[in-house]
Amino acid sequence: MRSDDALVDVALTVNGEDVSRRVSVRMLLSDFLRHELGLTGTHVGCEHGVCGCCTVLIDGSAARSCLTLAVQANGYDIRTIESVAAPDGTLHPVQQAFKECHGLQCGYCTPGMVMNIVARFEEATPLDLTDDGIRELLSGNLCRCTGYINIIAAVRRAAELLGRT
Amino acid sequence: MSTRAFGARIERNVDPKLLRGEGAFVDDIPLTDALHVAFLRSPHARARIVKADVAAAKRHPGVVAIYTCDDIGALDLPMPLLIPHGCMTNPQTQRPLARDDVYYVGQTIAMVVAVDRYTAEDAAALIEIDYAPLPTEMDIEAALQDDAPRLHAGVPNNLAAHFVQTCGAPDDAFARADHVTTMTVQVDRSTAAPMECRAVAARFDAVSGELTVWDGTQAPISVRGGLASILQLDEDKVRVIAPDVGGGFGQKVLLFYPDELLVPMAAMKLGRPVKYIEDRRENFIGSSQERTQIHTIALAAMNSGEVIGLRDVFLHDTGAFIPYGIAVAQVASTSIAGPYRIPNIYVEFKAVYTPTVQVTPYRGCGRPQACFAIERAMDQLAEDLGLDRFEIRRRNLIAEHEFPYERPGLLFADGLKVTLDSGQYIKALAMAAAKSGVADFAAEQIRARAEGRYLGLGLACYVEGTGLGPYEGGRVKIHPITGKVYVNTGLSTQGQGHDTVFAQIVADQLGVRPEDVIVTEGDTKAFEWGVATFASRAAVVSGNAIHKTAIIVRDKTLQAAANMLDVDVAEVDLRDGAAWVKGSNRFVSLAAIATASNPLRYAFNEAAQAATQFAPASKHDGPSLAEGQAPGLEATDYFSPSQSTWAYGVHAAIVEVDPGLCTVKIRKYVCIHDCGNMINPMMVEGQVLGGIAQGIGGALYEHLDYQPDGNLANASLQDFLMPYATEIPNITILHLETPSPLNPLGVKGVGEAGCIAVGAVIASGVEDALRPFGALKFRHVPLSPSMISHALEQAGH
Repeated sequence: MRSDDALVDVALTVNGEDVSRRVSVRMLLSDFLRHELGLTGTHVGCEHGVCGCCTVLIDGSAARSCLTLAVQANGYDIRTIESVAAPDGTLHPVQQAFKECHGLQCGYCTPGMVMNIVARFEEATPLDLTDDGIRELLSGNLCRCTGYINIIAAVRRAAELLGRT
Repeated sequence: MSTRAFGARIERNVDPKLLRGEGAFVDDIPLTDALHVAFLRSPHARARIVKADVAAAKRHPGVVAIYTCDDIGALDLPMPLLIPHGCMTNPQTQRPLARDDVYYVGQTIAMVVAVDRYTAEDAAALIEIDYAPLPTEMDIEAALQDDAPRLHAGVPNNLAAHFVQTCGAPDDAFARADHVTTMTVQVDRSTAAPMECRAVAARFDAVSGELTVWDGTQAPISVRGGLASILQLDEDKVRVIAPDVGGGFGQKVLLFYPDELLVPMAAMKLGRPVKYIEDRRENFIGSSQERTQIHTIALAAMNSGEVIGLRDVFLHDTGAFIPYGIAVAQVASTSIAGPYRIPNIYVEFKAVYTPTVQVTPYRGCGRPQACFAIERAMDQLAEDLGLDRFEIRRRNLIAEHEFPYERPGLLFADGLKVTLDSGQYIKALAMAAAKSGVADFAAEQIRARAEGRYLGLGLACYVEGTGLGPYEGGRVKIHPITGKVYVNTGLSTQGQGHDTVFAQIVADQLGVRPEDVIVTEGDTKAFEWGVATFASRAAVVSGNAIHKTAIIVRDKTLQAAANMLDVDVAEVDLRDGAAWVKGSNRFVSLAAIATASNPLRYAFNEAAQAATQFAPASKHDGPSLAEGQAPGLEATDYFSPSQSTWAYGVHAAIVEVDPGLCTVKIRKYVCIHDCGNMINPMMVEGQVLGGIAQGIGGALYEHLDYQPDGNLANASLQDFLMPYATEIPNITILHLETPSPLNPLGVKGVGEAGCIAVGAVIASGVEDALRPFGALKFRHVPLSPSMISHALEQAGH
């Protein structure tokens, strides 16, 4: 038994691998990543583009996968949290900084936070590492556990680890 | 380990997994061939269901089943009243699916099970219900009147509960007071809004008869007990797992939400895994909320500023149902005197039904409301008596030599007399004054005013009864192959970092590294005795249970090691994962001791060879295991607190109010905090910072906007204003560590601490900032720009 949704073929790159699937025309990119590909590190917190939990990189830019249809990602390069650490599990400097600074508690918003920060760090333009500058960088991601202060510290620490001070 | 793990700022064991996206939250658990649930929910606050027609929905392609109250058999009953109390009148709880009547917007009426969530939602929209809307009263004061429409036919005046507690002789105190300050304050309704909404998945194995339920709950063991009872299954056949859970803050301690019963039921009936993943709108209109209370508080004082009596009468909005009993109101009423001596107290509350989502504890659980009432009143009393706000508090704070300080007549949420056990309240106040820069602030305030900037200093003190019973347990076991230590307890974690703090406790006793202690909780198959994660109790109750257990395992280990090393027990020391003969380089590893402590018939490695029955080392007279002896290095023990242990703190802030825009900016925020001995100061700070951020939300932004018709107008994160990083200022935390005398570790809870005082601090600061415009009063949070605008207008500005 299945639904009567119209189907569409999509082909895209996810974490460096070519992927093609036939999916419902209305399937969200977040659901596609999580349930079709099993990449459950991308979380869904609101499904209306406010909380930032579902942030992934689309052609290098941070984007809400809950506001993107899978079919819209056709032909694009997608990166998720699963691609950030080294293949042996060694944490990326942004992840390492979160650990050192106690920048996460429940960890639900964390992948979206990390993807957003990684996207910004990959841009060549200078970082604004003032308190206000970091708050601005984080202003698209909600966290209910940490109160953000340790995440702000983690961004600064990540900049240090990456030589971006 | 040469240094103590307890007290160290140790990074969390759980972090790498979560950071790599390898966490396993309920919706991440792969379930082959799973079906998905959507609910049809009431669009009316109060209505009679005239007709329900699910035929079209049933025909929708991809739909597997639709359940209404007529299709759920024995589950069609009001759900449990979790905490009974004699002061409730005909207490009402919700049915899993509405029968005949609906009582709030969002109440579940039908459950659709389909091949995917998209299809299930489509089908839910095809269910046709005819409603006959009934009148409602949203205002809790009006709802108590004789002519108000009754929400529940059998509950006159919508009065859910009425309770009075008295300490000392309050009437006498008011009669002899020099001065009485009275005011009414209000805190509005908010919600926990955990980043992961609630989620339940279930699988039934028809061959073994086992039901496995993955539930993002704070209370897996209680859920198992309830499920087994309601579904009439053997407890051993029900396994409840709370895997990684994305925040809880009390919302996830309630059981049962309808889905927690109906999803397992559907999995059993349909023979396929079934899952329900609550969406954000459903979290707003279906999952518990808290906070609305209106307090009328009076302080009876002498001219010296000494408060000799307190009278507080308050209304508590319990929503449409009262499944968690009077817990929230009771905690508020017993926290009302805060850290002050105030020997004579009269506190009375009425809990009122309203056609809204049910009210059960949200982080703070009545404490923020009580703190707001007493602290706003203390500020006013200071003003009335011409005393400094810090000074009036100093004169009333319980002094160190007065502990334990009892409030006879006030029973806390554990049913036991309120007894504040320890603290350095006056020192904390002095630290807050110093750190917030009170001495220099007056001059700064005047300078700023000259520049047209309005700065104010706010402060508030709070107490937090933590570590409620009845009990928790711990199991500690040293693994015979790896020497790693496995720990279990009956709680579940929603991000607090239990795995690391419990590891720290055990590491010290067994001489291992915290990263070599593997804590598993939230799984009834791993440990089946215990209660739940709530009331800032994990470190106190499970922490001490695990500590006691680790000491037993330590003693067993030392004894076994002494035998193996052929020395006296007193000569053995545990460190670096081994037992050492003191002052020598002779040692035996924990893995070898654990192996040798289990008499073996079969050898599987070198250590095991030494434990087999013909090995010289295991030669003994009599049986391999002496009578009463158990194999292995393992123990289980429990901790049941004699009463709650009371943490406390003082917060102060400097705020800037823009009288043009009516906005509030927090320029400085200081928190002095004491939760007894800290297991991991980094994580204590994490709890406090997170709590303060939620408190700032409650103080300035977060307000559930119920319309007169009972619809929630801001049921999304777009419209419900949760703080982003841009709203949270830098925060300075200073610790005091006054050990609790009530448990071996000397710890107190910290989970809820941060949020309690913030509303009172902000209101205090805003009043102070706007003093040049007159004696404006701010006694209602969240304190919105329109409230400031209104107050300025009233004052002629």
